[in-house]
Amino acid sequence: MSLLIQYTLIFASVLMLVALGGCFSEHSGVINLGLEGIMVMGALGGALAMKAMGETSPVLIIVGTVLISSLSGVIYSMLLAVASINFSADQTLIGTAMNMLAAAAATVAVKSINIAENPDNVSSTVVYGAAKKSLVINIGSFQLSWLTIVAVILLAVSYVVLYKTRFGLRLMACGEHPQAADSVGINVAKMRWAGVLISGFLGGLGGITYITAGVSEWKFETGVAGFGFLALAVMIFGQWKPQNIALAALLFGFFRALSNVYSGFDFLAAMNIPGSVYNMMPYIISLLVLAFTSKKSRAPKAEGIPYDKSVR
Amino acid sequence: MKTEKKGFFERPAVQTISASLLCIVAGLLVGYIVLLMINPAGATNAIITLLKNYLTYPSFPAKMKYLGNTLVKTAPLLMCALSIQFCYKTGLFNIGAAGQYVAGAGACLFCALKLHLPWFVCLPMAALAGALLGCIVGFLKAYANVNEVISGIMLNWIGLYTVNMSLTGVKETASPYTVTLASENPSALLPTLGLEKLFANNSYVTIAIPLSVIAAILIWVVLTKTVFGYELQATGFNKDAARYSGMKEKRNIILTLVIGGALAGLGAAFFYLTGYEQWSVTQSSVPGMGFNGIAATFLGGLHPIGTIFSSYFIQHITSGGSFLDKNVYPSQISDLISSVIIYLCGFVLFFKMFLNKKRNTKKGGDEK
Repeated sequence: MSLLIQYTLIFASVLMLVALGGCFSEHSGVINLGLEGIMVMGALGGALAMKAMGETSPVLIIVGTVLISSLSGVIYSMLLAVASINFSADQTLIGTAMNMLAAAAATVAVKSINIAENPDNVSSTVVYGAAKKSLVINIGSFQLSWLTIVAVILLAVSYVVLYKTRFGLRLMACGEHPQAADSVGINVAKMRWAGVLISGFLGGLGGITYITAGVSEWKFETGVAGFGFLALAVMIFGQWKPQNIALAALLFGFFRALSNVYSGFDFLAAMNIPGSVYNMMPYIISLLVLAFTSKKSRAPKAEGIPYDKSVR
Repeated sequence: MKTEKKGFFERPAVQTISASLLCIVAGLLVGYIVLLMINPAGATNAIITLLKNYLTYPSFPAKMKYLGNTLVKTAPLLMCALSIQFCYKTGLFNIGAAGQYVAGAGACLFCALKLHLPWFVCLPMAALAGALLGCIVGFLKAYANVNEVISGIMLNWIGLYTVNMSLTGVKETASPYTVTLASENPSALLPTLGLEKLFANNSYVTIAIPLSVIAAILIWVVLTKTVFGYELQATGFNKDAARYSGMKEKRNIILTLVIGGALAGLGAAFFYLTGYEQWSVTQSSVPGMGFNGIAATFLGGLHPIGTIFSSYFIQHITSGGSFLDKNVYPSQISDLISSVIIYLCGFVLFFKMFLNKKRNTKKGGDEK
């Protein structure tokens, strides 16, 4: 049981971080379908940093990993910002390209590093077991990740920034009615850049949280298994509001955790359902949830539409 | 002036082709830079190997044989690209093509290996399975306003796990791969109609290749010469205007995705019924064919005929990647190049606008 709670918390943190990222981007008016790719890049940066640091002081590892993975996400999200804000590109196309590019680039990068170290090692796996220990707080047999704590803090920060600061309210204005925002002197392009970069920050952090959930090495050929898109489903279910996103993330995190630990429950194991069914569960749930919540969607009105000054 | 002569760079076709070529050159350049970063000594050779693909073989029969192999994989890629393109014309981004492809693969292999049905039954079953997934996406989009990209991705994973589960019964006992068609049910192998003789007896070369080209031409005819195709494009331009003029936009959305799904499903059958590859029931990622289709369709300028060539090109460099020295360069470098190409395709619209704007301002100046 404690294992189930442990995994639920960690997967919920991942989904919450990434969904909050999507939330910032969409409130500024840019649909970020590249979150999956941003997660991969954040995971890559964080994993390589952890591998390089090895066993040093825990504080250094936590701060270093958080900084480098979120920075990787921010840098990678610039690809989306440039294309969709400055060049009015199709945001769906760019997001998809970013997902594919991240998977390919991460595999190429990890393989080249592995080959450079040992020509016979052509795998795409990064091992970071030593540093990972510092990310975990052991309470008896229960393991809590420092990244979960970071995620909860960022949830609170996101809420305050979005609703209680001038920046947040201006950001949301750009996603609802950019022309009106522009007319009162808000720089729409700048606000949207900020929204996308924040989503890169949170997405990158989500990526490292995902690959440190229970495992101590990661094969980058597999990417992050659609988690970026699950997070978008969480965001829609949470109706673009941080507090609801947190609750939605817990629900989705629970179903994802179930596929990791179902064999530990006697009554679930006795039902003899194939593992694939549990693996499918989060995706099926999100499809159902989307079907029932998308109709009365509270999506930012101008999301996905490149801002054109000459349009009324 | 009716017969105003258009300059060379003002023709839409020229603009599209030059934009695509520009994307390819830039994509290859990025690939080359990455190769240089990994190991500068062999980078030039590596990019040439990648571009030469089967041409690296010295003898003519070997070249033809491996050209055959590339074509065998081009057929499913072209089908996936057509699926995405057909839906894009209606304003839908069918990223679910990857899952529809998986469903098609599952259906045709299940029919062939478990039910021992002949190929001409397996083909429509694959199309049906793909169409079913497409139908779910379309239904959710039309009636529940669910973003087709997100539902498509969810169905990709649901499809993958379902197919893995249902094909577990027909796998080889010692490996995770499904049993071969040749040993279990040769009647499910697609006929070659003597095509293999052109490619040094490469028996994987089947009617799938000409059929996929016919499909491309058919899609072109449907989109440009029929009322149905016109309605779909009108729905894509402006959903509300289409409804206002009496088109059933909900029905059109569902129908588009059903057809798109069928195309991707057929694509899978075009590949797996050649016996070229067996399905691994433990694979944990969705096959890249559907995603590469996105590259092919945008590189082809969203035109079915252009897509035939761009599909070949994408497959050419993807296959070329496997000729690289694995102990120096990862073969995923070709995926990297294709994804850079897709990214750059996002700028094509801006590029065209830029060309046309330049022309307009120039003209405006002449009049004054």
